Amino acid sequence: MSSTAERTPPRKLAGVVVRFAGDSGDGMQVTGDRFTTGSALFGNDLATFPSFPAEIRAPAGTLAGVSAFQVHIADHDILTPGDAPSVLVAMNPAALRANVADLPVGGTVILNADAFDERSLEKAGYEKDPRTDGSLSTYQVHEIPMTSLTIEACKETGAKPRDAERSKNFFALGLVSWLFGRPVEPTLAWIAERYAKAPVVVAANTLAFKAGYHLGETTELFESAYEVPPSVLPPGTYTNVTGNTALAWGLVAAAERAGLPLFLGSYPITPASDLLHELARQKQFGVRTFQAEDEISAAGAALGAAFGGSLAVTTTSGPGVDLKAETIGLAVSLELPLLVIDVQRGGPSTGLPTKTEQSDLLHAMFGRHGEAPVPIVAPRTPAECFDAALEAARLAVTYRTPVFVLTDASLANGAEPWRLPDVDRLPVIEANLTTEPNHVRADGTAELWPYLRDASTLARPWAVPGTPGLEHRIGGLEKADGSGNVSYDPVNHERMVRLRAAKIAGIASALAPVEVDDPSGDARVLVLGWGSTYGALAGAARRIRAGGLSVAHAQLLHLNPFPSNLGEVVRRYERVLVPETNLGQLVRLVRGDFLVDAVSLTKVQGTPFKVGEVEQAVLDLLAGLDDSPVPAAGVPPVVDPEELQ
Amino acid sequence: MTDTAVPVTSRKDWASDQEVRWCPGCGDYSILAAVQLLLPELGVRRENTVFVSGIGCAARFPYYLSTYGMHSIHGRAPAIATGLAVSRPDLDVWVVTGDGDALSIGGNHLIHALRRNVNLTILLFNNQIYGLTKGQFSPTSESGKVTKSTPFGSIDRPFNPLSLALGAEATFVARTHDMDRKHMMATFRRAHDHKGAAFVEVLQNCNVFNDGAFEGLTGRSQREEALIPLEHGQPIRFGHDGHLGVVLDGRTGSLTVAEVAEVGEDAVLVHDETRDDPGLAFLLARLSSSVDQPTPVGVLRAVERPDYGSLVNGQVEEVTARRGRGDLAALLRSGTTWTVD
Ligand code: SF4
Repeated sequence: MSSTAERTPPRKLAGVVVRFAGDSGDGMQVTGDRFTTGSALFGNDLATFPSFPAEIRAPAGTLAGVSAFQVHIADHDILTPGDAPSVLVAMNPAALRANVADLPVGGTVILNADAFDERSLEKAGYEKDPRTDGSLSTYQVHEIPMTSLTIEACKETGAKPRDAERSKNFFALGLVSWLFGRPVEPTLAWIAERYAKAPVVVAANTLAFKAGYHLGETTELFESAYEVPPSVLPPGTYTNVTGNTALAWGLVAAAERAGLPLFLGSYPITPASDLLHELARQKQFGVRTFQAEDEISAAGAALGAAFGGSLAVTTTSGPGVDLKAETIGLAVSLELPLLVIDVQRGGPSTGLPTKTEQSDLLHAMFGRHGEAPVPIVAPRTPAECFDAALEAARLAVTYRTPVFVLTDASLANGAEPWRLPDVDRLPVIEANLTTEPNHVRADGTAELWPYLRDASTLARPWAVPGTPGLEHRIGGLEKADGSGNVSYDPVNHERMVRLRAAKIAGIASALAPVEVDDPSGDARVLVLGWGSTYGALAGAARRIRAGGLSVAHAQLLHLNPFPSNLGEVVRRYERVLVPETNLGQLVRLVRGDFLVDAVSLTKVQGTPFKVGEVEQAVLDLLAGLDDSPVPAAGVPPVVDPEELQ
Repeated sequence: MTDTAVPVTSRKDWASDQEVRWCPGCGDYSILAAVQLLLPELGVRRENTVFVSGIGCAARFPYYLSTYGMHSIHGRAPAIATGLAVSRPDLDVWVVTGDGDALSIGGNHLIHALRRNVNLTILLFNNQIYGLTKGQFSPTSESGKVTKSTPFGSIDRPFNPLSLALGAEATFVARTHDMDRKHMMATFRRAHDHKGAAFVEVLQNCNVFNDGAFEGLTGRSQREEALIPLEHGQPIRFGHDGHLGVVLDGRTGSLTVAEVAEVGEDAVLVHDETRDDPGLAFLLARLSSSVDQPTPVGVLRAVERPDYGSLVNGQVEEVTARRGRGDLAALLRSGTTWTVD
């Protein structure tokens, strides 16, 4: 597709944020996903944020049914899907209404004009047509009759207008692909492969895509196209990966590196089900997936498999963690490896099933009866979910303990380019299954004492059924230190409670120290986060520094135990800001453990932090310091002038 | 795990060194003895045998055997055992449970383990009471039962464990009782040898909180007239000299007990445990709803159906054979990739 018209050459941009929005039946997730892949292949750095309703098909045309996909592409390494879109593609009035407020002044709106009939306007709650009432006057609005142009383009396929119309998302994709100079071939190849079973659909989608692309190219609708040059990424092979996929692959990798079969017990739950789906496809790795009758059974079956020597996993979200609590408690008592993956979502109760929140941290820490400590690992980016699975498996197997992995909806569904690791250099997990007795009875016979611990890790033997001579019984009743026989002795109980706690606390000594990003070395404020807020916090730190001020940033991967230098780190700074998408959970742990007056920044809107929100909180904190480097009135947030905002 | 012959063992080889702590006189002792006597006869290895239990008096069972064992969570033993049995098809996995454990808090796991036909031998000790928590009514207690939690009598309707198991289409369903070691051993042996989920209800006396609950059925002097022993391929007759028989009433579609002399030998139902349709087995299970009524014991149903673990592992093997053993590096490259030099 060569350019025919004499046009202004593409304008260069350092980055752009595009949001595709439409009805949940309009295919916006596919559209966003394809734009993302095209951008990845082009060499941009990127980050995505899909957002969809909890209902599978909310009433068409309503605000409740709006589905959106935001993607941030750039010529440099970026950290977040972007605070606000600069281009909004709205397939109907509801999509416009639900999203337009996020668009900054001067932003671009591309509308499907055909969808703006009286009924649709009414369904979206518009009293007047926003296209004519002046409410969009601060934006650059492009009204394009996408539905009719798509139907027209698809005529030659013989598809009925009603069917052809469904390709309009590819029309929009074609148009935006032209606008940002995205490569065409990968999308066409994908369409051909994805819909291979339905040649009419391939033809319709292809024609719609091309029609959209040509419209941009040949008309003067847009002053010029834009160019977002490739980013300079470190050399390597890349793929674009969501957190859920990365985590599922990480679990497969962990099992391979441990030499153990992977067993997944799971029950369908949003936003964790994709972990079950992905692992169910990987049977050629010996993966067994068990869709249980409920969350309890899912965890129970996994624990049973752990007893039998599998790398056992159960995947869920908050409501499922409630139900698994008793099994996790038993796993603490049995001291068997068990990975509990919690893809957090908005709570309490059913809450916001498709929206993100970090509100299960204290649940993972304390949500069991008795003293039942469990290590917690929280990956910070979608790609890091792969490494987190390996790390959690390492802890579980090495220390014979259940381990929580806390991700969330934004990590699970968000995507980023991932430089593929050399699989031969992934960490090896030593399963160290016990094969020999470790105790001799008074009568001289050898036997296994299942609670005789390794002196350095305090881990107990993992002797799996099938091993002759190591037959033993374990259970949820308190066990005598060493022999593991049932014991109600009060002093023994205290010793066992303290041993289990010491085992988990002792993990800290073998963890890498928390890394602090403090390039100038003179920061007075530390921003401390955990998990998925990484991008927003690191982005805020960058902007603060671009404004000539200093700030330090650390993002925890290990939340229980904390890395052993964390106390020293938080005491090193005058103020510590702890942003979380909950009402302040990490901040309680930090304040409680280290007696520092950490400041909490919280947000619970089902969406991630915006960089600007964290930045403003840091500036406010800086302004409050003695001899503040910030003028009393504060400075306006520094924006990256190169980016189209 | 080895190919060498299974060593010859005796009861003491299958007993652990732990002191048995049930109340003196508890029916659990005789069930334990039956199992410990049977295990040496099964041609299995200690290291390949696992007993999994939930919570309750019955659930202490694994502690008294020298096999692998897990005393787990109230009601969850079938779920835990499912994970073990599916991931380790080489093991013999037994579940020991009680009426509260299996039918109340764990009812959901039980029916699903049976429905899936997981390769488990499930022994349900039914004493119609909560023993470990000191005497509340259970889901099998008779209506009207006065207990600590039902001072004016229970208003619950009890479960019939066998009907429940048959409703879940369990492939092996049987009943035995703690007063007949030979019958227990024969029934447990059949259950063990069955491939798939085998469910055995064991009528068990809790002499502390529900003493004599089954006396009318299992007492030495009552047994002959009260228990209906089921034998595959044989007319269902019982009582002194087999004077009573079970007859299918064609008009009502139900089973009744009749004097053989009155109805004639040909009218007596011939037991067929292999019928694919669980309907007739269900009628047999419903023949009695209290200890006053003649109650069938033995194997009600034993049909062959692929067990769940074999199906799970069969898929794994089939996919692996078709695609070749998984390659991690290839998996990571299975999406769209690009290279930066
Ligand atoms: S309470 Fe009843 S069932 Fe429990 S051990 Fe005592 S007699 Fe046996």
